[in-house]
Amino acid sequence: MDIKVRVWRQASPSAAGKMVTYDVKGISPDASFLEMIDVLNETLILSGDDPIAFDHDCREGICGMCSMVINGVAHGPEKATTTCQLHMRKFSDGDVIDVEPWRAAAFPVIKDLVVDRTAFDKIIQAGGYITAPTGTAPDAHATPVPKKDADAAFEAATCIGCGACVAACPNGSSMLFTAAKIAHLGLMPQGQPERDSRVIDMLQAQDDAGFGGCTNAGECTTVCPKGIPLSLIGRLNSDYRKAVSKR
Amino acid sequence: MSANDFWAEGEPVFDKAAPDGPVETRWERRKFSAKLVNPANRRKLTVIVVGTGLAGGSAAATLAEAGYRVKSYCYQDSPRRAHSIAAQGGINAAKNYRNDGDSVYRLFYDTVKGGDFRARESNVYRLAQVSVNIIDQCVAQGVPFAREYGGLLDNRSFGGTQVSRTFYARGQTGQQLLLGAYQALERQIGLGNVEMNARHEMLELIIVDGKARGIVVRDMVTGEITTEFADAVVLASGGYGNVFFLSTNAKGCNVTASWRAHRKGALFANPCYTQIHPTCIPESGSHQSKLTLMSESLRNDGRVWVPKNAADCQKPAGEIAEEDRDYYLERIYPSFGNLVPRDIASRAAKNVCDEGRGVGPGGLGVYLDFADAIKRLGRKAVEAKYGNLFEMYERITGEDPYETPMRIYPAVHYTMGGLWVDYDLQSTIPGLFVVGEANFSDHGANRLGASALMQGLADGYFVLPNTISNYLAAGPFPAVQATDAPVVEARKEVEDRIAKFLSIDGDRTVDSFHRELGQIMWEYCGMERTEEGLTKAIGLIRALKEEFWTRVKVPGKGEELNQNLEKAGRVADFIELGELMCIDALHRRESCGGHFRAESQTPDGEALRHDDEFSYAAAWEYFGADGKPVLHKEDLNFEYVHPSTRSYK
Repeated sequence: MDIKVRVWRQASPSAAGKMVTYDVKGISPDASFLEMIDVLNETLILSGDDPIAFDHDCREGICGMCSMVINGVAHGPEKATTTCQLHMRKFSDGDVIDVEPWRAAAFPVIKDLVVDRTAFDKIIQAGGYITAPTGTAPDAHATPVPKKDADAAFEAATCIGCGACVAACPNGSSMLFTAAKIAHLGLMPQGQPERDSRVIDMLQAQDDAGFGGCTNAGECTTVCPKGIPLSLIGRLNSDYRKAVSKR
Repeated sequence: MSANDFWAEGEPVFDKAAPDGPVETRWERRKFSAKLVNPANRRKLTVIVVGTGLAGGSAAATLAEAGYRVKSYCYQDSPRRAHSIAAQGGINAAKNYRNDGDSVYRLFYDTVKGGDFRARESNVYRLAQVSVNIIDQCVAQGVPFAREYGGLLDNRSFGGTQVSRTFYARGQTGQQLLLGAYQALERQIGLGNVEMNARHEMLELIIVDGKARGIVVRDMVTGEITTEFADAVVLASGGYGNVFFLSTNAKGCNVTASWRAHRKGALFANPCYTQIHPTCIPESGSHQSKLTLMSESLRNDGRVWVPKNAADCQKPAGEIAEEDRDYYLERIYPSFGNLVPRDIASRAAKNVCDEGRGVGPGGLGVYLDFADAIKRLGRKAVEAKYGNLFEMYERITGEDPYETPMRIYPAVHYTMGGLWVDYDLQSTIPGLFVVGEANFSDHGANRLGASALMQGLADGYFVLPNTISNYLAAGPFPAVQATDAPVVEARKEVEDRIAKFLSIDGDRTVDSFHRELGQIMWEYCGMERTEEGLTKAIGLIRALKEEFWTRVKVPGKGEELNQNLEKAGRVADFIELGELMCIDALHRRESCGGHFRAESQTPDGEALRHDDEFSYAAAWEYFGADGKPVLHKEDLNFEYVHPSTRSYK
């Protein structure tokens, strides 16, 4: 396949960025999107240009590091798929493909397509855990967990923390990310003692980190590579109301 | 092959920390004899932890909970992304919740045997003992393990075992366990007990007065080089499978932290023990940047086959009649069938492909067929168990595994070798501890499925926090200054090396060297090794090294985010490691576990160990870039599980 990519190039956090067009020729439809960028970077290096900086690691859709807005959509056109799992067979010969970084106030650009997502870690620090210091645990079978709850908790816990939800949200809100963690821990019996403080503290932390407010636009769940449902935000809001009323 | 050509032999090495006496009480006794640090004194002691995977994340969280000051480093943008996250299948624990005859002793036995009698009994027994605590700990953290309708934890059996002792969270067990450790770690960061340094890479170890006292790190965003000090350093930096370029490791996984420590005097043990995982998605072309594993839990229900006749290989699978299919694992290993251990399944796949009976592009693939399972259990049940794996397969290959059998081929997945550690997980450099895949300790020559997660968390949650106190009790050690000679020297080494990379300005990219190294390693130090091939590989790697240092082109500057500069350092270290792996493989003139020497096989092609000659861990000492590595042997004694030939027939 022969394609063109228009890529956001920005040398540093403070530098002005711009879209730059590159030709990519003879790429296999079986190559992944990131492998296409690899191939482009090899030619850029040998021709004396600066290769495109982008985040990636596991390349199997689970680490959450890859993060490209492709043709205006976080992680690109394929539903429930991270950038690294997107393959060129989903595009056509002659396509012109736009590639941009996550754009959100809380995720400043570091270079090219690389953004800073430490704001997500701050939300977890505020309460996205169950306090269970090593060595204190009772036997694993001491508290049975209904399968339905365990399965629902697992579904929420599959969030990979990539930040596509924030990139897609018109408000740059991290509500789906936070809601997924609230649901995961709130559905487990072990998560009950901290359930109220967790939701209050995590919501405060996302405000402090510069994320926008949620207006139920629903763009987040549309791009989520793990299909985290919008209903979890409703659950979060319900938890929050209950927690605040108990104060 | 005489030692003199490629290596020299030194004095044996001993594990002085290991208690003797009954194996069942060794860990209890070691914990009791280890010196403790008074809780009030712990906050005066700083520990550096490099890596935030299952071992590093759990160690950093646990040490901080205990009251130590912890500085944690990872190369990713967040500690949650460490590659443990990609582990799919599960985690073993000797809970015997299934009442199927499991016990600590059986897990110990299976692991020693599965490791082909090349691991230490003391370590493995301890691993089996603490396995039960790991499950308790993870459940308390809210890890959403798979459960049965009664609300109790579900188990499955996993590659190479005859009991159901594997706990799992669909096909994302590593993710869920890592998030548990990550959340515990973030809690400690929030409390101010851990200083987290993401996007920082360790580039050198600092040794002062013979003790590991710090590291030189590069801030990967600004390029700033800093020196960081502590009372002890813990490496939890993972395995070195990326020496093969194509592996199931994340792209960033590297050996640099371990290799820098090795160059500073830490012995590197059994580097040739590499696990080649049998169920990965085959390569699709020259653009291939990594390989993707399909959990071997798939072998519980999938049946592996190739056509009986090479002439059928080009036909679609559906057109090959049942009687023309060779379910070769079931045929050769009737009692274990499709569940034989990884090394055996991998080599069997290679053999049928070498016979010209492989399927898919280039004939490098075998079928993993779920048709029978779908007929027996229904599509829904198969989907519930393996849904996400099937989806992943379809996304990568464009083929639907519910309709046509998967194609799989072996790929490098895990490295059993690593820095040599004693029973306390301390390397040969005092104050340098090594945990998880980065050490060599528990899996011998071959790791059983679902045991990597177990070992990572055992080391981080339960072993290291109990043994490191014995060392730290002698601290705090005299403060180290940035102006101390060994610190200035370590820093200069890093700066000079970076300047060198940037100044070569050659005509080949870093990746092109990495790819070439990987091809050499896969060809000559992969699933089957020979004296001739390894000797050739050593020559090729030496030539490649010279070429790298004269022709590599690293664009950009040091004082910025520069991903090619990062890669250059890692590839330079992989080249040196690759040579040592080949030397280790060359010296071990036997087949054991993940190391198959073609010259050492039984008449029917099975691995042939030589316990009389090679029942030891090979710990290598670095002797300069052009010097010969020196072999130190640690003799292995088997008091409980007596070496026998592994037979899965």
